[in-house]
Amino acid sequence: MAESVSALLLVAVLAWAVTRPRGWPEAVAAVPAAGLVVALGAISPRAAWAQAQRLGPVIGFLAAVLVLAQLCQDEGLFRFCGAWLARGCAGRPRRLLARVFVIASVITAVLSLDATVVLLTPVVFATAARLGARPRPHVYACTHLANSASLLLPVSNLTNLLAFAASGLAFTRFAGLMALPWLAAIAVEYLVLRCFFRSDLNGTAPSGPADPADLGPAGTPVFALAVVAATLAGFVVASLAGINPAWAAAAGAAVLAVRALARRHTSLGETGRAAGIPFLLFVLALGLVVAAVTGNGLATALRQVLPGGSSLLALLGTAALAAAVANLINNLPAVLVLLPLAAPAGPAAVLAVLIGTNIGPNLTYSGSLATLLWRRVLREHDAEPDIGEFTRLGLLTVPAALIVATVALWAALHVIGG
Amino acid sequence: MTVITWIVEGTWPACVDAARALAPADAEILLLHVTGDDPAGAAHGAFVGLLGRGRPDRDPGRRLAELGAASARELLEAAAGRLGRPCATAQRRGRAEREVVAAAENADLLILARDGDDTRLGPRSLGPASRFVVDHAPCPVLLVWPREAPDTASIPPPPGSGPHGSEAPPPPPGPGHHPRPRRHPPGPPH
Repeated sequence: MAESVSALLLVAVLAWAVTRPRGWPEAVAAVPAAGLVVALGAISPRAAWAQAQRLGPVIGFLAAVLVLAQLCQDEGLFRFCGAWLARGCAGRPRRLLARVFVIASVITAVLSLDATVVLLTPVVFATAARLGARPRPHVYACTHLANSASLLLPVSNLTNLLAFAASGLAFTRFAGLMALPWLAAIAVEYLVLRCFFRSDLNGTAPSGPADPADLGPAGTPVFALAVVAATLAGFVVASLAGINPAWAAAAGAAVLAVRALARRHTSLGETGRAAGIPFLLFVLALGLVVAAVTGNGLATALRQVLPGGSSLLALLGTAALAAAVANLINNLPAVLVLLPLAAPAGPAAVLAVLIGTNIGPNLTYSGSLATLLWRRVLREHDAEPDIGEFTRLGLLTVPAALIVATVALWAALHVIGG
Repeated sequence: MTVITWIVEGTWPACVDAARALAPADAEILLLHVTGDDPAGAAHGAFVGLLGRGRPDRDPGRRLAELGAASARELLEAAAGRLGRPCATAQRRGRAEREVVAAAENADLLILARDGDDTRLGPRSLGPASRFVVDHAPCPVLLVWPREAPDTASIPPPPGSGPHGSEAPPPPPGPGHHPRPRRHPPGPPH
C-alpha cells in the first residue's frame, strides 16, 4: 500500500514538474506530496527528519551558488566573458569555438550548470552573431558542456552537491578525482563538435555585420572575479579545516550581495528571487518522496541491476545505468534514487553515478524522455530544434564521453587512491 | 527579373558582391536571411532539462530568439549597405535550406555561397544546407566561393594516374561514364 502510494506520488510530482500546470511552481505539488508520504507512514517521521537534515545543507549550498552566479551577472562578469570570447575571433569560428569551450567549462564548473544555461548561453549567442559567425556550434557547445563539464566540483551541479553530501568525500578530494574525467568529457565533446559542425565552422567572412570593437563597454569586473577566486580558495580551506564548504559559498554570495545592496544595484527581494526558494523547497520535498519510494521496494529492484565494487567494468556499468535512469526521468530524481544504493559501495561508485547522471542528459533534447514526450504532446514552444540532429549529436558524444570519463575516473582512483 | 541572394553568416559578402557585379541593372534584388530554430530550441531544451527551475522569464530560448531576430536584421542591413543599390530584404525562420527553396519558387536567379570545405575544389565544398538548395532549387542558381576559389590543382588526379589517386572529380555527364567515381584501378571491363 505504502509502496504503491509513494510511487504514484513520485510520478505525480515529476509529472507536475515537467508539465507545470498553469505555470505554477514545481513545489506546489511536491510539498503536499512530501507531507502525504509522511502522514501515510510511507516514511517514518524519524527517517523523514534524517533525510531533511541531510538535504538541508545541500540546499543551503545550492542557494548560495545560485545567488553568487546571479550577482556575478549583475556585476558584468558574463559581459566580460563575451568580450573575452570575441577578442581575436572575428572571422575565425574555430578559434571562437575553442574559447567557448574554455569559458563554458569554467563557468559550469565554478558557478554551476544553471549559470551556463541561463546566463552564459545568451552571451555566447550574441557574441557569435556580432562576430558574424553561425551561432549553432557555439550554442550547442554551451548546452552540452552545461551537462558534461559539470563533473569537476561539488558546486558544478545539484547532482554533485547531493552526491558530495552522500559520499563523505572532502571538497578537494572530490575535485582531484573528478579533474581527469572532467577534462576527458570536455575533450570528447570538443572533438565531436568540431567534426559534427565542420561546415558551420568553415567559410567565414573577415568580419561580421558590426565591428567587434563595438561589442559594448566591458570593463573587467575585478571585484566579482576576486570574490569568485576567494570563494574557490575558501572551498579548499574549509575542506582542509573540516568545515562545510557551503559556508565559503555563502560568504562569497554575502560579500557580493552586501556590495550590490549598498550600491542599490539589487534589492533583498531580487536576491531572494535569485536563490529560487520554490526550487529549494521542491528539491527538499522531492528528496522526501524519493526516500519514501526507495524505502519501499525500488531500492531492492535497483540493487539487483546496480553492479557493486569499483572495478572498471563495475564503474562503467554504474555510469551506464545512471545515464539510462537520468534519461528516462531526469537526472535529479535519478541521483536521489541511486545515491543511497551506490554510497555503501564507496566514493568510486558514487562518482560513477555522477558521470552517468551528468553526461547522460545530453542524449535527449530537454534532458529526459519524460520531458521530451510531454513536449511532443504539447507543442507549446514553436522553436523546436531538429530533434533528429540533436539526437545524432547526443549519440556521438554521450556514449564516448561516458566511457572515456569513467576510464579516467578509474585511472584517477588508481593514481590518487580510492 | 528577380534575383534572390541568400545571406548566411560568414559567407554573405561574396554573394552580395556577385549580385552587385552580375545582376542586371533592372533586376529586383531580394536579400534573404533565414534564422534557424536550432540555437533557440537547444537553449530552451537545456533550460527545460533543469528540473524544478521553472521560471519562464529566465528561459534562454526566448532571449536567443529575440537576439536572433535582431542579428538577422543587422546582417541584412549590412548586406544592403554593401550592395549599394536599391533592394528588398526578407527574414524567414525555420530550416534554412527548405525556406530558401520555398522562397526561390518564383525567382529568376538564386545566388548562394558554398558552405563546406573551401580549401579545395570538390564535392565537399558544399555543406548539407547548400547541397540541399543546389539539388532542389526551382530556378537557376549562381554558386559562388565565399573567398577566392582554390586552384584547379587542388583536384586530385583521376584514379590510376597517380600513386595515391583515390578520389576522382565528378565525371562529366553523358553516356559511357560511370555514375560514381571509381575506386579501383582501371582494368578490362567487368
